[in-house]
Amino acid sequence: MSPREIVVLSGKGGTGKTSVTAAFATFAKKTVLADCDVDAANLHLLLTPCVTETGTFTGGHEASIRESDCTSCGLCGKLCRFGSVLEIDGWFGISNCEGCGVCVEFCPAKAIDWNPSITGSWMVSDSIAGTMVHARLRPGAENSGKLASLVRKLARDQAQAQGADVVLIDGPPGIGCPAIASLTGATAALVVTEPTPSGMHDMERILDLAGHFSVPARVLVNKWDLNPELTARIEALAQAKGCSVAQRLPYANEFTHSQMAALPIPLRFPGSELARRLEEIWKETLTWSMS
Amino acid sequence: MKIAVASGKGGTGKTTFSVALALANRDRARLVDCDVEEPNAHLFLRGGESTTASVWASVPVVDASRCDSCGRCASFCQYNALALAGSAGLMVFPELCHDCGGCILVCPSKALSERKVLRGTVETRVIDGTLELVTGRLEVGSPSAPTVIRAAIENPPALQRGVTIFDAPPGTACSFASCVHQADHCVLVTDPTPFGLHDLELAIEAIQAMTKPFSVVINRSSGDDDLASRHCRRRGIPVLLRIPERREIAECYSNGGSLLDADSSMGERLRTLLDDLHFQVSGGPIQ
Repeated sequence: MSPREIVVLSGKGGTGKTSVTAAFATFAKKTVLADCDVDAANLHLLLTPCVTETGTFTGGHEASIRESDCTSCGLCGKLCRFGSVLEIDGWFGISNCEGCGVCVEFCPAKAIDWNPSITGSWMVSDSIAGTMVHARLRPGAENSGKLASLVRKLARDQAQAQGADVVLIDGPPGIGCPAIASLTGATAALVVTEPTPSGMHDMERILDLAGHFSVPARVLVNKWDLNPELTARIEALAQAKGCSVAQRLPYANEFTHSQMAALPIPLRFPGSELARRLEEIWKETLTWSMS
Repeated sequence: MKIAVASGKGGTGKTTFSVALALANRDRARLVDCDVEEPNAHLFLRGGESTTASVWASVPVVDASRCDSCGRCASFCQYNALALAGSAGLMVFPELCHDCGGCILVCPSKALSERKVLRGTVETRVIDGTLELVTGRLEVGSPSAPTVIRAAIENPPALQRGVTIFDAPPGTACSFASCVHQADHCVLVTDPTPFGLHDLELAIEAIQAMTKPFSVVINRSSGDDDLASRHCRRRGIPVLLRIPERREIAECYSNGGSLLDADSSMGERLRTLLDDLHFQVSGGPIQ
């Protein structure tokens, strides 16, 4: 049986996704973790991973012109729709290649190389909260979505090998390629937001994305006491969109202190009210994801 | 001069800083919101009439009467946007298409043409007749954030201003790169937490690969001895501004206010900051 995949998303960055995911990880039994925020991964900063297996990620190909064979006909520049072919004093070069291969195929002098580009690496690790799969995209690189998909696949493989029931995914901010790759086909999404105009606006877009891919979503408002009135409006909006609403979390210094200690909240503040609340939210989320 | 305001980690205060910088310098700066997945500047800069342009992409359409299922297009496509599905013939997945046009060029039987799909919009507004805000907005479910970012940046200015500020997307991947690439200088907004610093380093690595000059703004700072300040001192990174950690600022933001509403000294400081940056980048005052 394939494991259930629960993905934690937010739309807006900095709402507390990773801190919440790391806290859940300490309560979760028979769960494999996946950090799909591949271009700014942070989960490893809280879970002390020890790498057991690693590999490279080939995102795609990159075109590069061999000066010695280029006849400066300029056809590559006319065909490239991404503006990646630059002409300087009659010489042609490629920068920020999107990897589509059109220039390579149609260069009459066959002067364009087409090399696989290694744009990242993936890791499987033993962490203080069980097995986790994470990755590192080369800064500035393309294909963050492909790498997020690879991390998810590796986490599913780990879960199946271990007989784990759940893959818990720490997703990226935004609604673009890596968010789509983290969300499609997942069992359920937990959206962590905050009571600010940006938090509400961005939540609405990520809920629309979840709806677009038919993934049921549940909304958790973090730092709710910063603006109780807006929190109520956010929860009402979520419900109007057919989503369920989790217990709220308060504006709490424990988030920052746990980060400083490089530990999940329940391990830095065991027995605290916040840790207890997080455990309840995890259990409720798990039950909800099965219904 | 073009300045990108970026961060690596999301939620560090990019929008807070770029909105305040634009407001304090409205007579000489315009703001382009390049965080097209989740544009937020418009939530803090309201009013003004808007004009909206659509951002289109072309995706392939199959003429089944001409297609002989040779599969050349599907094997050429680097994004898996075309596939041969047995007796069903050739299938197109428009949401995976990157609009490179390669499939149409390689098809030997001229069975493919293009149709337009909406990838996003670019909205322009002039607030109180003085501050221009351009907002790029990605269609939900569309993969092509860089296309919409390019369109927002290339949108013709409504007002002549010496400085354009880009509110960049978070992260360090291609969206971030396609915005920062177009700027003369990058301001990285960080917060003094381990997550903030970790992602700041990733962003710096990406910016150095592009050989762009950069500086740092520390948000939620507890003073010149906080984690981020010490880190920047050690690394020799210039710190332009510290925005103090105060609950009033968080509450003001939560109510849709700007940094200038929360701190009266900020306007003057942000004008000096832009003067200094402009001198550094172009060697003269803002025209």
